[in-house]
Amino acid sequence: MGISSKLGNLGVVTTTLEQAVNWGRTGAMWPLLFGLACCAIEMMAAQASDYDMSRFGMELNRATPRQSDLLIVAGRVTRKMAPVVRQLYDQMSDPKWVVSMGDCASCGGVYNNYAIVQGVDEIIPVDVYVAGCPPRPEQLIHGILTLHEKIRGEHISDWAV
Amino acid sequence: MNIIKGFMTTFKHVLEEPVTLQYPEQVKDFEKRYKGRHHLRRYDNGLEKCIGCSLCAAACPADAIWVEAAENSDEERYSPGERYAKTYEINMLRCIFCGYCEDACPTQAIQLGHEHQLSFTDRRDAIYIKDMLIDAPADGQEATPRQVEAGVYTQSIPNMEDPS
Repeated sequence: MGISSKLGNLGVVTTTLEQAVNWGRTGAMWPLLFGLACCAIEMMAAQASDYDMSRFGMELNRATPRQSDLLIVAGRVTRKMAPVVRQLYDQMSDPKWVVSMGDCASCGGVYNNYAIVQGVDEIIPVDVYVAGCPPRPEQLIHGILTLHEKIRGEHISDWAV
Repeated sequence: MNIIKGFMTTFKHVLEEPVTLQYPEQVKDFEKRYKGRHHLRRYDNGLEKCIGCSLCAAACPADAIWVEAAENSDEERYSPGERYAKTYEINMLRCIFCGYCEDACPTQAIQLGHEHQLSFTDRRDAIYIKDMLIDAPADGQEATPRQVEAGVYTQSIPNMEDPS
């Protein structure tokens, strides 16, 4: 039961609304201040003046999940940390996105052992995976641009239900 | 007095050029030794350098490489010598770009290049297969597999140059 089935075909209206909403979502996406390991160093570098993520509307990292739209899982997630990551994700308000930064967060990377979650997508849905160990700030920004691309392709029928 | 001193520093920086790199439009030159995405190289004659020995897979600390070898024949020749890599896959999300595969390779078939834009919306896209990794044959060159004269390409590893 999407909005289109309730209201019939509103092609022009919904498409324009879609574009406006997606523009707003990509233009002001605040990440959560959340670093787990060495990838967080590169995440900090991406926010510092050399690479400056605020060019993409990421003005600052919010220190609370209630005010953030994007969870950058920067680093390996241990089994002990997994419930915390899940809780932070649950506390974020919709719409929310997840970037899995680096090898360890994406699939365990070099830590193929019992202590590390083999990919954070075991516990939370991931939108973009960024390869690298750790990824350079360029690679993280490329991942975020990939996420923006993905959001621009979202349709009203996906979220207005 | 102190406030003037403090603002002097601020105003000095106002006049400076911004340091920010405009990333997607402007890309910094990486160091020559920077390790990015892998390439499978070819010889000058267009044959593949990879002989499917799996030494890269053995050296890989993250187990990111999967190699399956098959036999060459003179009717269907991919690489000099007996064997070639039928399957060559690298999981870019496992790879830590350490370059051990490059060091382990006896024919210098695998080399880490400078491509760094590796982000995926699906985990399965991160597995790069042989067709994505191997260099295209040079212009006008015949692709592999190719039919060759019998008994020419018998040596799988080229002769070493004297390092001294």
